[in-house]
Amino acid sequence: MSASISGRARCWAIVGESGSGKSTLLACLAGHLAPDAGRVVFDTAAGPRDVLAMSEPERRMLGRTDWAFVHQNPRDGLRMGVSAGGNVGERLMAVGARHYGQIRETATDWLGRVEIAGDRIDDRPSAFSGGMQQRLQIARNLVTGPRLVFMDEPTGGLDVSVQARLLDLLRGLVRDMGLSAIIVTHDLAVVRLLADRLMVMKGGRVVEQGLTDQVLDDPQHGYTQLLVSSVLQV
Amino acid sequence: MIDVQDVSKTFTLHNQGGAVIPVMSGASLRVAAGECVALVGASGAGKSTLMRMIWGNYLAASGRIMVGGLDVARAAPREIIALRRETLGYVSQFLRVVPRVPTVEVVAEPLLRLGASSAEARARAEALLARLNIPERLWALSPTTFSGGEQQRVNIARGFVHGYPALLLDEPTASLDAANREVVLQLIEDAKARGAAIVGIFHDEAARDRLCDRVVDVTGFAGVA
Repeated sequence: MSASISGRARCWAIVGESGSGKSTLLACLAGHLAPDAGRVVFDTAAGPRDVLAMSEPERRMLGRTDWAFVHQNPRDGLRMGVSAGGNVGERLMAVGARHYGQIRETATDWLGRVEIAGDRIDDRPSAFSGGMQQRLQIARNLVTGPRLVFMDEPTGGLDVSVQARLLDLLRGLVRDMGLSAIIVTHDLAVVRLLADRLMVMKGGRVVEQGLTDQVLDDPQHGYTQLLVSSVLQV
Repeated sequence: MIDVQDVSKTFTLHNQGGAVIPVMSGASLRVAAGECVALVGASGAGKSTLMRMIWGNYLAASGRIMVGGLDVARAAPREIIALRRETLGYVSQFLRVVPRVPTVEVVAEPLLRLGASSAEARARAEALLARLNIPERLWALSPTTFSGGEQQRVNIARGFVHGYPALLLDEPTASLDAANREVVLQLIEDAKARGAAIVGIFHDEAARDRLCDRVVDVTGFAGVA
């Protein structure tokens, strides 16, 4: 497969059935898995670099600064034994923040942005609902102002009203912070509302990609036609 | 502003034995700045199909679709995204929004995407909502629970919040009462006066007669099997 995202505030969605390779692709892009062949070129502050050819410390640094990864299960992206404020502050400290008062202030600001009350800052994520945990994971990831966020089914497993709130939040953040996102999902309604470009995978291959509403309204590949015609009104 | 030349469209249904359905061929249409052109023809004749090809959510099989200097039939997705942000507006019959987002933000969104300040975008959105007689107490609510006519007016407000040089209107006056219909007709007249090129589908014949400089019958563009 081949694709490129350029410009700010772009949102790509990757859809496909279970086992089609969506999450594998995302893990390869984010450097969590080593692909057998190919390149993943990211436009770093120091110019375009092949992420796969970077040293491990360089890639880790990228993962803490320009990149963020939101896992489907918040437990994979949070430290459950650390307070909510600590979860957000930890990422700030990883990029060099040292002033405790400022870290706490920034953490409080971010909890507010993801609609978690400030008086919950010292509570552990295990005391939060699933939707709150997911929002906390988003705050933890976005606090360092990344330019690209990878999300694996960010709204999966949440009830629909919480999903809607999260979608609204993500959309606002993409627009206001100018960040780009690559989202793996199988929810076509989410795709329609959030993504401007869409990639459809089947059996480990990209079968179709393009403008989101064009792929959904006038799908060219048999599999995409089947996918679109199988859902209730999107 | 909008120049459609010799466009054709086919659908290939891969899950129904690969049936190929030619729905349109030889479609041509030219709309200058400040002009309003109505697409007419019986249901299923291809009015919406042509409109969607101009919007870019249907792929043209052949031909050229120039909108503001960009050939939509060949443009890359990012070029179409930029075209829709700056140049081409679309008022569809359906309101598709993220649930829970307040009406005023739904309407202000296109301006925010263009980089307007939030105060400016909000002020403009509020002015349009007021003009379209959406009660102020509804502005902070999501339009998903609104009546059909209210949703349509929210859709219209969103489509007119930015002064797009080209506009596509799909039945903008359907399901509106006389007073609101008049407001919408005036908005369209204002858009024409500032130089917008407009393509519309109007089943409302009186509206069509009042607004449109020309009528194009899409029946003549029927696909040849």
